[in-house]
Amino acid sequence: MSESKLVIAGLGIHPFGRHEGLSGLDMAVTAARAALADAGLGWGDMQFAVGGSDAAGKPDTMVARLGLTGVPFTNVINGCATGGAALLAARDAIVSGTHDIGLVVGFDKHPRGAFDPRPQDWGLGAWYGDLGLMLTTQYFGVKIQRYMHEHGISAASLAKVAAKAFRNGERNPAAWRRKPLSEAEILASPLVADPLTQYMFCSPSAGAVALVLCRAEDASRFAAPPVYLRSVAMRSRRYGSFEVFSPSLPTDRGPSPTQEASRAAYEEAGLGPGDFDLVQVQDTESGAELMHLAECGLCQHGEQEQLMATGATEIGGRLPVNTDGGCIASGEPIGASGLRQVHETVLQLRGQAGDRQVPGARTGFTHVYGAPGISACAVLSR
Amino acid sequence: MTADVAALPPIAEGLFGWQDGQPHLIGSRCRTCGTLSFPQQGSCPRCSGEDVAAALLPREGSLWSWTVQRFAPKSPPYAGGDKEFRPFAVGYVALEGGIAVESRLTGAPRPEDYRIGMPMRLVIEPFARNDGTTVAAYAFAPLTTAEAPA
Repeated sequence: MSESKLVIAGLGIHPFGRHEGLSGLDMAVTAARAALADAGLGWGDMQFAVGGSDAAGKPDTMVARLGLTGVPFTNVINGCATGGAALLAARDAIVSGTHDIGLVVGFDKHPRGAFDPRPQDWGLGAWYGDLGLMLTTQYFGVKIQRYMHEHGISAASLAKVAAKAFRNGERNPAAWRRKPLSEAEILASPLVADPLTQYMFCSPSAGAVALVLCRAEDASRFAAPPVYLRSVAMRSRRYGSFEVFSPSLPTDRGPSPTQEASRAAYEEAGLGPGDFDLVQVQDTESGAELMHLAECGLCQHGEQEQLMATGATEIGGRLPVNTDGGCIASGEPIGASGLRQVHETVLQLRGQAGDRQVPGARTGFTHVYGAPGISACAVLSR
Repeated sequence: MTADVAALPPIAEGLFGWQDGQPHLIGSRCRTCGTLSFPQQGSCPRCSGEDVAAALLPREGSLWSWTVQRFAPKSPPYAGGDKEFRPFAVGYVALEGGIAVESRLTGAPRPEDYRIGMPMRLVIEPFARNDGTTVAAYAFAPLTTAEAPA
């Protein structure tokens, strides 16, 4: 394992869900103040901040609420990988020697049925939207349909992923959907994009997460057990990767951004598949969790069927996956999800995850993936 | 029918054309590395080269993967004029030349009747828009139901 230069010294979360009367910025301020309190610090101690939101306003306007300290505050926006991009920017701000400590915050608030992208914002002609092709749900359906065909994954395994998510969500006070659903109920819910049903998908929601990041040599200043950020890596797509909103794609597959970002994160950390006590991977829908496990090298292609049959990805299993219920139970506030994964991992590695604690967890991995083909991964350890 | 749809305005210029009475999607071929892309674009996504030329894509291929759009897409951007939404299939059809194109699928009895590997052929169909106009749009149909070649 390589020497780590960074520690996550403070954690804050605003519960995910639908919150009438609260803006995304309101939730972000709550999460930021919670993270500062967790670290025993004030806003005035922050030398920099990085904030990400896809649709809930400009993160740097938070300074009006947190205090006008003159702090350099950078806004980032990278779709579902916004949290990962924010973490990467913060990491670089410290590793470069520019700053010693800063705040990373991600938040969003989406209305019911949100996500109606415009073709022109994605470099596509209006005809693409006119014909009814501008839907992320189609991409997920097409991708898992092909994957099931190639690797023998069953619809029952898709249902097991969602059932696990709701079970884990039940044990997470910050999750949104906390009522367990049976595999039969999940399979019987209405089809959204064959073979994926309604309860296999995450829904747009709201929430916020904040972290205080500082130099590893300063870890002893904080009460919480230090959790080290061993690596962060981000990649966009290469030719041959199958991505959302693609009117055409090469029939010869290339590496996905998930494959490349995860390998880069493993290399930098000196830890890899087989070393992790728990992992969080992007589960926009059930199929994504299964495919991302293999793309991250955490299992073989096709092995997911057996992992799901034996409960290997449950809390208490060989490799617990999405222990906080993931996107499926938390919903997807785009700018917050990536940092939610890091928040959950730090809680677990501190031994503060309550009813969903993975006993003795010392190492974890996080992976986000978003349109138009970007991924950010991180490795954390005690 | 071919004559009728050929007379309709296309949903977008430069998306498809006709050769010897048969429709073809129009893509780009990179003169440097040979890579095909669709729709046409001014540079190559593989090698970054800017020396590209329009190319008619093969009309037939096989279904690479598919799904069904089960709910009415939000409008805008969706411009379908169907009074009562009917689920439709979409998928990717793998063509000769190393390219698969995304398309609405048509011609099967039910939208869930498509299968990976099915032979498919390009068809041009009327597309009724929610502004009351009708345009010509492309789709792929199973070879068994696609219009026989002239």
